[in-house]
Amino acid sequence: MAKLRVGVVSPEREIWSGEADMVIAKTIDGEIGIMPKHAPVLGVLVEGGVLTVKRGGGESDLIAAVHGGFLSVADDEVSILAEMAELGSEVDVAAAKDALQRAQASIEANQEDADAALAAKRARARLRAAGEEVG
Amino acid sequence: MGAQLRLLRRRIKSVRSTAKITRAQELIASSRIVKAQQRMQAAVPYEREITRAVTGVVSNTSSVDHPLTVAKERPSKAAVLIVTSDRGFCGGFNANILREAEALGSLLRGKGIEPVPFVVGRKGITWHTFRGREMGGQWDGFSDSPSYSNAKEIADTLIQTFSAEDGVDEIHIVSTEFVSMLTQEVTVKRILPLEVEETSEKPDTPLPYFEFEPSAGAVLDSLLPRYVESRIFSALLQSAASEHASRRRAMKSATDNANELIRVFTMQMNQARQAEITQEISEIVGGANALADAAAGKE
Repeated sequence: MAKLRVGVVSPEREIWSGEADMVIAKTIDGEIGIMPKHAPVLGVLVEGGVLTVKRGGGESDLIAAVHGGFLSVADDEVSILAEMAELGSEVDVAAAKDALQRAQASIEANQEDADAALAAKRARARLRAAGEEVG
Repeated sequence: MGAQLRLLRRRIKSVRSTAKITRAQELIASSRIVKAQQRMQAAVPYEREITRAVTGVVSNTSSVDHPLTVAKERPSKAAVLIVTSDRGFCGGFNANILREAEALGSLLRGKGIEPVPFVVGRKGITWHTFRGREMGGQWDGFSDSPSYSNAKEIADTLIQTFSAEDGVDEIHIVSTEFVSMLTQEVTVKRILPLEVEETSEKPDTPLPYFEFEPSAGAVLDSLLPRYVESRIFSALLQSAASEHASRRRAMKSATDNANELIRVFTMQMNQARQAEITQEISEIVGGANALADAAAGKE
């Protein structure tokens, strides 16, 4: 079966590139799964989403926290343009947990704190990407 | 010791310490160019992909009327983003940029457009404040290693003034492009209203017909600001690499000049020393002869 060529890039560096069987990402319309021979798509990704790349062939899935950005698919080439992204294996779990707690504390203090809500979303995505359970 | 000799010794000492400083600056700059170039390289994939995406959207949806792509019929004001460095010691780097910015300013004025400078880098800011020019915005402190959040901040301000009712109608950017280690060129580009820059390599296949999630308008809404950010980020990175390259070159010629001065002064000093010795010897010989003559006369 044909494979997808996947590239995950952020403005400052290329985070990952390689081949995969399937890519699952979260756009503002909902989750989207891309398999080979998918029609060309350009989607806007949500803040604090988790990206899963199924590599197949016995290799483990690649999971990354992706904050904002785009997904573009054309000719079996998938590019994820993330404003900020982090591989699950690179996430500093303790720091992310700490950030989540701080964000939740400031949300409790002020319900309309949009910055804190965003920070909480990001921290959750990072933890999920690292394989941690998040309530 | 003669006065001239002392003077030359003092000058040699001072030139030598200057040479040490410029040499150190040269070495620092050369090591930073490599880093700056790596960062430039690292930013290339994102820029390429986002340019492809924007080209894809714009070519698919010719009917899209997005505020960022529509040129006003009678532009009256234009923002000019001038990217300079924070520190000096880099030859004509800043002077070249500011000269080009001035040229662009008078060109715009000739067309009846009032330029508003937005300045990055301490050197450009002092240049403008010294002349009492009003700036639309100023940023400093990151010219030698800009991060994406710096570019985002600048882009946000520019897009805001662009979309405001009485804001600017065009945005130009004056920055230095890093061509190679030896060549850097000042370039002037218009970034808004948007002209999508084609990549140098021609696409070998026609662009695919995209579907949009959720809709073309929404995609464009979030894609265009990112595109502007990425253009500004790349300008900042190129400018940082160029700054280091021109600093290295300026410091190299300063070191060379200092070494040449040291050589000339050392030669002059040796001449002065030898002249002094010759003079002393002839004085002694003359004195001895006079004494001998006097003794012979007495006998």
